[in-house]
Amino acid sequence: MSKRILIVDDEPNIVIPLEFLMKREGFEVSVARDGEEGLAAIRAQRPDLVILDVMMPGRSGFEVCEAVRSDAALAGVRILMLTAKGREAEMKKGLALGADAYMAKPFSTHDLVARVKDLLGDTP
Amino acid sequence: MSASLIVGVAFAYLGLLFAIAYWADRRADQGRSVIAHPTIYALSLAVYCTAWTFYGSVGRAAASGFGFLPIYLGPTLVVLLWGSLLVKMVRVSKTQRITSIADFIASRYGKSHLLGGLVTVIAVVGVVPYIALQLKAISSSYHILVQYPQVVTPDPSLHPPFWRDTAFEVALLLAAFTILFGTRHLDASERHEGMVAAIAFESIVKLVAFLAVGLFVTLGLSGGLSGVFERAQEAGEATLLLAPTVGDYRDWFAISLLAALAVMLLPRQFQVGVVENSDERHIRRAIWLFPLYLLLINLFVLPIALAGLHLFPSGSVDADSFMLTIPMSQGSPWLALFVFIGGLSAATGMVIVETIALATMVSNDLLLPSLLRRWRRLPPEADMGRLLLRIRRGAIIGVLLLGYVYYRLAGEAYALVSIGLISFAAVAQFAPVMIASLYWRGGTREGALAGLSAGFAVWIYTLLLPSFAKSGWLPQGFLEVGPWGVALLRPQALFGLEGWNEITHCLFWSLAANVGAFLAVSSLRAPNAIETAQASAFVDVLRQHRPAHLALWRGSAEVAALTALAERFIGAPRARAAFEDYARTRGVASADDLPADAETVHFAETLLSGAIGSASARVMVASVTEEEPLGLDEVLGILDEASQIRAYSRELERKSQELEAATGELRAANLRLQELDHLKDDFMSSVTHELRTPLASIRAFSEILYDDSDIEPAERKRFLGILVSETERLSRLVNQVLDLAKIESGHADWHNEEVELGGIIRQAVESVGQILESKGARVTQSLSVGEANVWADRDRLVQVMVNLLSNAAKFVPADTGLVEVRLEAVAAGWRVCVSDNGQGIAEADLPIVFEKFRQSTGGGDKPVGTGLGLPISRQIVEHFGGRIWAESPPGKGATLCFELPRTAAPSPSSEAES
Repeated sequence: MSKRILIVDDEPNIVIPLEFLMKREGFEVSVARDGEEGLAAIRAQRPDLVILDVMMPGRSGFEVCEAVRSDAALAGVRILMLTAKGREAEMKKGLALGADAYMAKPFSTHDLVARVKDLLGDTP
Repeated sequence: MSASLIVGVAFAYLGLLFAIAYWADRRADQGRSVIAHPTIYALSLAVYCTAWTFYGSVGRAAASGFGFLPIYLGPTLVVLLWGSLLVKMVRVSKTQRITSIADFIASRYGKSHLLGGLVTVIAVVGVVPYIALQLKAISSSYHILVQYPQVVTPDPSLHPPFWRDTAFEVALLLAAFTILFGTRHLDASERHEGMVAAIAFESIVKLVAFLAVGLFVTLGLSGGLSGVFERAQEAGEATLLLAPTVGDYRDWFAISLLAALAVMLLPRQFQVGVVENSDERHIRRAIWLFPLYLLLINLFVLPIALAGLHLFPSGSVDADSFMLTIPMSQGSPWLALFVFIGGLSAATGMVIVETIALATMVSNDLLLPSLLRRWRRLPPEADMGRLLLRIRRGAIIGVLLLGYVYYRLAGEAYALVSIGLISFAAVAQFAPVMIASLYWRGGTREGALAGLSAGFAVWIYTLLLPSFAKSGWLPQGFLEVGPWGVALLRPQALFGLEGWNEITHCLFWSLAANVGAFLAVSSLRAPNAIETAQASAFVDVLRQHRPAHLALWRGSAEVAALTALAERFIGAPRARAAFEDYARTRGVASADDLPADAETVHFAETLLSGAIGSASARVMVASVTEEEPLGLDEVLGILDEASQIRAYSRELERKSQELEAATGELRAANLRLQELDHLKDDFMSSVTHELRTPLASIRAFSEILYDDSDIEPAERKRFLGILVSETERLSRLVNQVLDLAKIESGHADWHNEEVELGGIIRQAVESVGQILESKGARVTQSLSVGEANVWADRDRLVQVMVNLLSNAAKFVPADTGLVEVRLEAVAAGWRVCVSDNGQGIAEADLPIVFEKFRQSTGGGDKPVGTGLGLPISRQIVEHFGGRIWAESPPGKGATLCFELPRTAAPSPSSEAES
């Protein structure tokens, strides 16, 4: 059974490579275009991992993360946060809110894939 | 009785007086004052009773019964006020070192020399008749006595040439005596102790003489007092005891008032009562002892008068001489001689004290000031003391000669009493000013001058001139019909006040003029600094302990100069002693160690004013100490310091408030800077985000393409396309960020020229044309102006137009899009508007569309732009002095407009671009 990954990002030119990457690794991929959509998708699909962009219109990634983490039912969902802002404060905030990992853009595709695999265990 | 006997006894008596004075002075020098006794003080006040009292009371009583009394009633009543009035006068005089009544008045009203001079003149002129009276008394009493056993009063019409006139000889004699008495040295702090002792003695002598005659009359003659009155009633002289008429009441009041004033204001009374007073407490005893003396000396006046009338039926003997002629007629020559000595004593006492007082005034307040004015500085070797003494001696001789002259001119026309009252009326002119000086803070120098002058003038007109007229020296018509026949101005019936006793009449008018002029002129201005200071010193003297004017002095002094000055006036030993004493009170080892400050100068001033008067002392000290004259402005300046300090502290408050305001502004500015800082941080983070996003995309695609060679060609191409466009996006963004940064920081290059807006619009439309075409949108241009010239950078304006058109292209609906471009002329210049029929902009967003990185999201698609286009357009438009804004009426899409100021019309040589 393959793991399901939800990509939540409003930037299409980020979503495309991410989708490609995850599919290449054999994960099931679904996409949400903003925070609201993402949260609904998380609740509906219960993905194993969410690649969550921080800077989004409407609900930001932080808010989504907070919402997910406050929901006990979603405790099994891993959250990998991506942000174009590189400040340490952001990273700490994200981790404090309960993200499992935090990566900055531009990211190395290898690193990203490795991280995802890491978070999901090894099994595809 | 032989002349030589009389003269011999007279000289002996005078010699005795002199001896007493000398002895008293010696005792005073040794520090054991003889006269520091309240009884002596009260007796010295009895110098009020002169030959007038001695001879004249009886004469007056013989003519008008009790009519002699008011002259003694007044003083008896006024002593009730002495507890406050006289004490105040004495206290003021001691603190201000006042030496005469002229000094008193001058010192009070601004230390004015002019005022002092005027008072001196009034005093001299006023008192001259009184002195004449004494001369007349002595000479006629001598003439009567020398004819003993004959009882004959001298013929008043006799006019011997002056060098053979007894009165003249008496005048010279008295002058010499007075000079010996009072001008041996110039005193500073001591008074004339010898003179006071002699006066007290002679008061006793005249009282005893009077009582002797009284007892002689009542006991020696006709068996007792009751016998006298019985016989008087028999002889019909009881008319004397009839109650006075109404007119007499007015006269009684006037004469009582005059006498009450005179007992304090006559120069000799002021001298013994105030200047010579050694202790305020003596006044208390004087308050009852003096009236007692007056009672005693008047006790037997009526009996003597009645006896005289009885002995010498009317007219045969001058009633003024009853005191002599009664004992003479009864065969008691020794009593008569004693009476003569009594009368001589009374007259001499008066003359000595009066002329010394007048001489002091003449030298200190009349002559010395004018001399000082002429010299300005002291001549280096002059011995001022001796000069002053010589002036005083001259004044004594002068006054006595004037007295003689008056006696010759007007003496016979009057009975003794009447002459005396003329003098009373003259010194009464001092009353308003004196009383005001002690109880009223108002009053100015000019007011005092006006009051005194007015009163004096009226006195001259209503009393002095008529006295000459009555003696025949002025035409009688002057009295009867008035000057130049003007009845209203008759000297003794002014303005129709007829039938009044001439004394009462004069008193009324002179005091009216005096008080009126004093008050009226005083109200013309407020008292100046010195007058106010002196007013305080005088009026509040009972409450003060230090002289108030100490602070008003300013200048530099050397103590040596001050001591030298003092030595020149009061002699080296006295000056030295005084300064040593003062040094001790200041706690300093010797006079040489005294600090040359205001206090020392003040001490020197008061020391000198005892000798030469306060006004002159001030001038002398000033000449030595290089004092800067303390003008009114400076005094006010000193007084103003307090208010200046207040003003400074207000200024300080204001400044500190301003400081607070500035601090508040600084805080606000700091906050704003912090906000801007945050904004900058936000901008930076926005920029980094905007840069990193395409970078992430580029990197991701690059890595994917690199790693995976199995990607399908179609997908590969797609990825590469995105890669390329992201690269473009990135460079666009970088360019725009740099552009905006350059413009905002002012480092942009502007190539300004005259450009035509129409051409720019067309150019921009062309560049954006493709995008619009691909969306199926139409573009319309309505350029209503032919040549819209502005001064700007062509490329930048194209950039703005392209930006606006691109935005419009972004938001127009597909296929039905319509973009309108309008160019029109407005008041501010040229207006260009780009309208689209897209979804429009929410009203709340209208102002924020021009902010960095704000992008309206239209229709779900991520906008292609960078979010910096409009901010850059705004910067460009505002750089050229224009403005840019957005409008979005609901349902009508969005319109973005900008305005630019126009330049002048193009020169003929420029061509419009097509």
